[in-house]
Amino acid sequence: MGPQIPLVDYLVLGERPRLVAHECDSCGARFFDHRNACAACSNTSFKSVEVPTDGVLQAFTIVAYAAPGIPVPFVAGVVDCDGTSVRGNVINTPADPDHVQLGMKVRLATYVVGADDDGTEAIGFGFEPA
Amino acid sequence: MASDDVWILGIHMTKFGKHPDKDAIDLASDAALSALKDAQVTMKDMGILAYGNLVGQTQGQMLQKQIGQTGIPVFNVSNACATGATAIRTAVMAIKAGETDFGLAVGVEKLAGAGLLAGGSAKKDGNKYEAKGRYGAVAPVDGRIGTETMPGVFAQIGMEYGHKYGGTSFELFAKISEKNHSHSTLNPLAAYSKKMTLEEIMNDVMIAYPNTRPMCSANCDGAAAAVLVSGSKLKTLDPDQQRRAVKISASVLTSDPWEEACQVLPNVNTLTRNAAQQAYAQSGVSPEDLDLIELHDCFATAELVHYDNLMLCKQGEAVPFFESGATWRDGRSPVNVSGGLESKGHPIAATGIANIWEVCHHLRGEAGDRQIPDAKVGLAHVIGLGNACGVHILERSAA
Repeated sequence: MGPQIPLVDYLVLGERPRLVAHECDSCGARFFDHRNACAACSNTSFKSVEVPTDGVLQAFTIVAYAAPGIPVPFVAGVVDCDGTSVRGNVINTPADPDHVQLGMKVRLATYVVGADDDGTEAIGFGFEPA
Repeated sequence: MASDDVWILGIHMTKFGKHPDKDAIDLASDAALSALKDAQVTMKDMGILAYGNLVGQTQGQMLQKQIGQTGIPVFNVSNACATGATAIRTAVMAIKAGETDFGLAVGVEKLAGAGLLAGGSAKKDGNKYEAKGRYGAVAPVDGRIGTETMPGVFAQIGMEYGHKYGGTSFELFAKISEKNHSHSTLNPLAAYSKKMTLEEIMNDVMIAYPNTRPMCSANCDGAAAAVLVSGSKLKTLDPDQQRRAVKISASVLTSDPWEEACQVLPNVNTLTRNAAQQAYAQSGVSPEDLDLIELHDCFATAELVHYDNLMLCKQGEAVPFFESGATWRDGRSPVNVSGGLESKGHPIAATGIANIWEVCHHLRGEAGDRQIPDAKVGLAHVIGLGNACGVHILERSAA
């Protein structure tokens, strides 16, 4: 097995994979992307905070037509992780409305997205039924 | 008519659908020349041109080179699916600012045969992983971290409403589509004007649950254009022009204010509610006064949330409101009697002018078989992801 890197920089790998957000020092708004300033209050200083790994599925769709190379159907959704909303796929369960429901409890899970020519594996994340 | 009001003097939409023998400038020319004719004025009268062609990216200057290079300022506007409404808003502002008495707003798109409109990161993986972009992504994230495809984004928006308030189901969303396809049978300019049963809609190809293909807006070609005039100028025009003029009682454009989750799933709710509140305050019109509403049903799941956002119903009650039959053409708040984007079609930059054309058509009493009897006031709404929301409230001339 080659080295592993996260699919995105806000996913931290290791024994206890987790998501890390940038939290505004002034108003507490949370963001996952590189920031120039806070969209809520325009403050420019942030600290890193861990996002809870357990959450509730507050919206989802089952995508049947997607970009080339993306296996379908898959479930895309938004998970409320104790007040911080996270975009992610619902994984490790069949992609149908019998297995995926609004309000279901889910937890963070990781999986191998693929490997590049050097054998480096990209690790993605999703949410699985808790 | 107050001097500081702005009016629609002439307006036109082309047939929406497939126009293989016409390019964007042909369609824009058709719409603009017909709107000028409808207004009984010419390009020489216009003091500003606001032009939108989101996907095709042609410019207003190319339209001028076909229909009249008079040297006036051109504003090429781009605001996602709210591009047409932004063109109208730009012309309204120029007239309100006193810079001109007449403005022309044009929106056009060539989209027939376009496939799924996906997000920006849908491309192939590289041969070597390298962190790029604002999320430090080593590979495309569309489809791996949620979906950027429009049917999927708006499916989640409808489902989120269901999570918050309850009562939604695949069948409920399909019933909204059934209404709009039924309405479209009376609209000869719609891209699709075929009635569809609930079973046909639910059994059609699933694109992004719960949106099947007929529950998605139809990619098509089309253009729309409007000639706007100041109230002071309108007073000097012919009585027939005054009689057919439609008052723009409110013209509002908003963007989305920050809220938790708004950068995770686009929040199309708050900016629409803000735009509606401003529009009702500007016009003195209340939601119960509206004789018809053209709202942005880019997907069946989107229509539901906008009943609530536009305050056609009490907060949280969009499901029982729809189930009461209120939004059918014979209901108390007819919504999308044109057939909506799901059947009329959605040539992106034309949409925000075409929905105003639909409302004007009824206010002028010229809507033929689909006329809403004695329509006096209507509302046109669009959403562009990013986000932008345009709301216009229109009233029949008192003359």
